[in-house]
Amino acid sequence: MSMEQQIERLYRQHSARVLATLIRLTGDFDLAEEAMQEAFASAVQQWPGEGVPEHPVAWLIRVGQRRGVDQIRRRQVIRRHAREQPPLEEEPPRAGLDAVTIQDDMLRLLFTCCHPALAMADRVALTLREMCGLTTEQVAAALLARPATLAQRIVRAKRRLRELGLPYEVPEAAALPERLTGVLRVLYLVFNEGYSRSDGEALLDVSLAEEAIRTARALVELLPRGEAFGLLALMLLHDARRAARQGADGELIPLEEQDRGRWDRERIEEGRAWLARALELTPTGPYTLQASIAAVHAEAPRAEATDWGRIVRLYAALQRRQPSPVVALNQAVAVAMRDTPEAGLHQLATLGDEAALADYHLFHAARADLLRRAGRSDEARLAYRQALALCGQGAERRYLERRLAELER
Amino acid sequence: MKYAALVYYQESLIAAMTDQEWHDLNQECVAGVERLTEQGHFLGGQALQPVESAVSVRLRDGEPLVSDGPFAETKEQLAGFYLLEARDLNEALRLAGRIPPARFGTVEVRPIRELPPRDPAPETAPSRPPTGGEIP
Repeated sequence: MSMEQQIERLYRQHSARVLATLIRLTGDFDLAEEAMQEAFASAVQQWPGEGVPEHPVAWLIRVGQRRGVDQIRRRQVIRRHAREQPPLEEEPPRAGLDAVTIQDDMLRLLFTCCHPALAMADRVALTLREMCGLTTEQVAAALLARPATLAQRIVRAKRRLRELGLPYEVPEAAALPERLTGVLRVLYLVFNEGYSRSDGEALLDVSLAEEAIRTARALVELLPRGEAFGLLALMLLHDARRAARQGADGELIPLEEQDRGRWDRERIEEGRAWLARALELTPTGPYTLQASIAAVHAEAPRAEATDWGRIVRLYAALQRRQPSPVVALNQAVAVAMRDTPEAGLHQLATLGDEAALADYHLFHAARADLLRRAGRSDEARLAYRQALALCGQGAERRYLERRLAELER
Repeated sequence: MKYAALVYYQESLIAAMTDQEWHDLNQECVAGVERLTEQGHFLGGQALQPVESAVSVRLRDGEPLVSDGPFAETKEQLAGFYLLEARDLNEALRLAGRIPPARFGTVEVRPIRELPPRDPAPETAPSRPPTGGEIP
């Protein structure tokens, strides 16, 4: 590997670590970012001659800190001239550079980027930019935003961090469970954003799903909590089906028709291992329950071998933990698979009144599938049309259109 | 940092309280202010009379326009305000979350904006000679 490649890899893997510590040391996001870029620039200059230092991350932080301090001094001089204010003579805090402190800094950065005082869209953008180390252009492409719009969003979010006085800290123990839930929600959103848009994503050089998994892997090392394990397991088990869930024309292939030989066994095994860790810890949270459901599918060698009884029970547990019409919908589909389509339709009928589901294309799609299985073709056609009227996404549309065409033959 | 905690709730909820409940809520607020004061977090604040007591004033073309009622009709009404001293937003949110009406209303937390220092008097301006009580 060339020195340039080595440094580039180091940047991908560790820029967030370097940045996280520099933010604590300089107390300023933008300054820290500048300092980090300069530190990596110094590495490009110096390492080819001097060799890679023994602790490259610590080296980068030290150099970055020196650059940051220089920058603070320069700013103070400018300010002094401008406003005749006495300079801050405070010594910069000494860098605590042991591994534990650097890891804590990563958590500080993640909790700050995902703070509930920021709008959800800001949290997602900041996490991708600062935590995942993507460029503004990459984040914009991944979120289907214009680079200028996204850059503005990030600038505004950072200003908000400053003006609100958001602390750079891991929340205290009492607030931690709730705040961790917030962080996991951001990561899951990032993952889903990538997962549900897999047709457009092939064109990008970054995968949001991959970034979410990478960040979750870092998180479970720093904060080994049940739901963090559960979310990582859930994302891996879903992502394992990536290659099999889309046909040549980009249409969605439903679970039961997927070629299970194309599932990524390595991902499945990793997902199951994290799920086992999650299940050791109580109480079992919603992500862990969803991962358990994904694992039941992963364990079935053929669609017909799926343990639907177990899936129905898991959905029931999920519904108790986190009641939602969407969970109820999935449970009804599982009941149909365990018993008969009519049994599932019977359960769906009790949900149809929920306003939240009436406009949800997957509700009509699920109903259409069950009607088709039950041989009620006329009603199925109608339901597929209702689903299509509400569905905007390419791959899912193509699936629904195919089903409708089959019934109209 | 200084933060304002603005307390909002639906006054109809208060109107529906028994005398005992209203009394208890007030006592709880009094105790809360005492605790905040002891901890050095309370810089000021007051409860407000119901919104029906509000009178609004605007100056247009130099003329004061007075109207009865609040500036904006809202679902929840402003019921009081606190000025808090807190280390950062997380601490401010922790303190604000303990203000009793947070249980049934909303406490809006906002950082205080310090006004810029007064512009220095222009040095070129002629210094006014001391006057003997003369009104300009």
